[in-house]
Amino acid sequence: MTFRLNVNGKVREVDVDPDTPLLWTLRDTLGITGPKFGCGVGACGACTVHIDGQARRSCTLPVSRVGDARITTIEAIAGDPIGKRVQAAWMELDVAQCGYCQPGQIMSATALLAKTPKPTDADIDAAMSGNLCRCATYTRIRAAIKQASGQKA
Amino acid sequence: MTLHLTGASRRDLLKASVVGGGLVLSFRIAAKAEAAETAGAQALNAYVRVAPSGIVTIMSKNPEIGQGVKTSLPMMIAEELDVAWENVRIEQADNDPKLYSRQFAGGSLATPMNYEDLRRVGAVARAMLVNAAALAWNCTAGDCKTTEGQVIHVATGRKASYGALAGQCAGLPTPDPKTIPLKDPKTYRIIGHPKAQYDVARIVTGEPLFGIDVRVPGLLYATFEKAPVFGAKVASADLDAARAVKGVRKAFVVDGGSDLSGLLPGVAVVADSWWAARKGRNALKTQWADHPTARQSTAGFDRRAAELAAGTPMTTLRNDGDVAAALKGSAHVVEAAYAYPFLAHTPLEPQNTTAHFKDGKLEIWAPSQNPEPGRQLVAKTLGLKPDDITVHMTRCGGGFGRRLSNDYMVEAAWIAREAGVPVKLLWTREDDMRHDFYRPAGYHYLKGGVDAAGNISAWHDHFVTFGEGAQVASSAGMGGNEFPSRFLANFRADQSTMPAGVPMGPLRAPGSNALAFVNQSFIDELAHAAGADPLAFRMKLLGDTPVVGDKSAGYNAARMKGVLAAVEKMSGWKDRGKLPKGSGLGVAFHYSHMGYFAEVVKASVDAMGAVKVHKVWIAADVGRQIVNPLGAINQVQGAAIEGLSHALYQKITIENGATRQGNFGDYPLIRMKDSPPVEVKFVITDYPPTGLGEPALPPVIPALTNAIFAACGKRVRALPIDTSQLKT
Repeated sequence: MTFRLNVNGKVREVDVDPDTPLLWTLRDTLGITGPKFGCGVGACGACTVHIDGQARRSCTLPVSRVGDARITTIEAIAGDPIGKRVQAAWMELDVAQCGYCQPGQIMSATALLAKTPKPTDADIDAAMSGNLCRCATYTRIRAAIKQASGQKA
Repeated sequence: MTLHLTGASRRDLLKASVVGGGLVLSFRIAAKAEAAETAGAQALNAYVRVAPSGIVTIMSKNPEIGQGVKTSLPMMIAEELDVAWENVRIEQADNDPKLYSRQFAGGSLATPMNYEDLRRVGAVARAMLVNAAALAWNCTAGDCKTTEGQVIHVATGRKASYGALAGQCAGLPTPDPKTIPLKDPKTYRIIGHPKAQYDVARIVTGEPLFGIDVRVPGLLYATFEKAPVFGAKVASADLDAARAVKGVRKAFVVDGGSDLSGLLPGVAVVADSWWAARKGRNALKTQWADHPTARQSTAGFDRRAAELAAGTPMTTLRNDGDVAAALKGSAHVVEAAYAYPFLAHTPLEPQNTTAHFKDGKLEIWAPSQNPEPGRQLVAKTLGLKPDDITVHMTRCGGGFGRRLSNDYMVEAAWIAREAGVPVKLLWTREDDMRHDFYRPAGYHYLKGGVDAAGNISAWHDHFVTFGEGAQVASSAGMGGNEFPSRFLANFRADQSTMPAGVPMGPLRAPGSNALAFVNQSFIDELAHAAGADPLAFRMKLLGDTPVVGDKSAGYNAARMKGVLAAVEKMSGWKDRGKLPKGSGLGVAFHYSHMGYFAEVVKASVDAMGAVKVHKVWIAADVGRQIVNPLGAINQVQGAAIEGLSHALYQKITIENGATRQGNFGDYPLIRMKDSPPVEVKFVITDYPPTGLGEPALPPVIPALTNAIFAACGKRVRALPIDTSQLKT
């Protein structure tokens, strides 16, 4: 079936089964590989993208449910001033170890700061606990979110 | 001297990273510009190429799994080459043992195995550039010095850039690495200075770096279904039903073998997209043949361990003094049974490999920690010559020891040859969790005595593990030297084994990640039996002999006492009596991978038994030089927080011969909200630098369980921690 997706500011036509998760449409059909596959059940957050600015797990979102919503992936998040600040903080604090979860972490952190510009530790816990980091870089993820929001770590 | 990397100083350090190259790295030039700046480069050796622009490309030899070697190993070369870090570009080497010797990520060995050699690689390249300048200027090399990418004639101040000199190095003799003097570490500008990971900008922008991101023309996608019971054969599969699914190109049975580390039986489905391959797989309705291990279970292993513990041990690992007599004469005797479960590695990037078989040659792109044994396994299984197989190393989305095995690589190779096109095999999370090489479960039946003076008078461990007779399964053994062996006059360790058809293998700090829990918990039990301060009791146990044991396998008690003293101070150990009711500090130390680590955990337990970890303090001694402090702290913090995951949540259970757990719902990883701050201090001692990927992990587990005892008086003797047992 053909779907017209609004991905990173461009309309892209894809021919996939309606039950195909957005993640696999992005990765295999469109070659947008920033969103990662970690669990397939929405439990790890590695596949996080923005749907109309909201952080969503693309591995459990069928492509047929996306409609004409704006899809933003890590590849385009620098176009959002908050996203760009978050990426800069991630680089300055050298957050990553293996780096595999970090696109998802950055997408969740950007969505958090869009809604809550000065998050408390409790806000960070609530917004970020759906994103697993197997290397356990949580200390620096927290510090980077504080830095991106102009707060002291 | 100590490097204290927390609080304000940590912030300074992080700031320093930006000044020292982070910003330059963070706005990395686009790939096209990079190609221009490295054009016309001259290779000085297998690791170093210098372009006329002055940009130096350094090859990174080992797999990057998140331990930071793609940055830290090139730092060693760049330091002695004397080039500005911002002018360094780093490329991942292919698997090529002829050029780079052993290329693997394991044993926390990258630093100790490469620190000397890679500095010499840089020093030799620098010497060649100096020799080229000396030749051009008709002077001696001794008349010249170098500063960040330039050779300078000292007397006249005449200068030439490395970029201008590199072309003149061709044909010059390569100096003997052993004759080249190395820099005085006091003059280091790169080693010991915080550097952001080289790939940091690519990571945060989602560039394709990982095995799962590999794309080649004409690529198809594969899944491979194996039996839940390890090694069981395919009885039937509806291949036609799979082929009928839209997008599926091929479905076929792979006979495989019986070696659990090799190619196992299963069914492959190859399709236009991975989702189509998965749907095809769901249509297979595969039935599996019965298998000899189909009745094994964790419950059965637990029962068998108790039976073996009651019998005569099969093997004695060490027997010093007379444990039986000493126990009789002890003022207090403590008996305890400890147990820990199988664990899965669950790197966040599921196993995958891309392979292309064409004209008798095989090209492989794999996130492997151990590519050369993978190439050999593929060669043997497919009947190819190793020289006809090329393995490209991709960045690995975590390793933790799982990717030391190459089962996914041989599966992809087989499927790609059958399919006749390039294929990317990708496992599901469930495949990954149910087909791991698990950290072995284990059982320890301990007896210990304390004398009237408050010293340990006797220690006896009957260790029950997996294996056959004296032969233990991979990573399921215990050495006779395991602490507190050699520190006690009466020490005995016995071992019994039981067979298991469960794949086992190393997980971050293998052996140590379980043994530290057992031994440091039981030491705590003996300290409490003696009525002693658990930290002072340990200090006394370490004694006054600096190195215990022979030179080759000595245990440096002085170094351990150094980190124990440091963590005592950092954690405010002496004031622990002031903590509110229900809170406590626990301490533990462990030596592994040549590193000395002492750790304190602050935890609280509420009336319902819920555990909260408030803080972890870590003092670490890995020798005289921290190569990249920014990466080093990250490794130590991550290892400790991973250890908390093991302690608090994780258990793989075998039922009906198969792994019960399948995803993060029933095999949880620690999350942000439960992750405590971790304060790290490196105690610098005059020993060769050693690795940091693993040794921080083991002590945190007993430090936590000892803190739980301090908080609520309940002793945790089995992992993961059962909070229902901690209710008060």
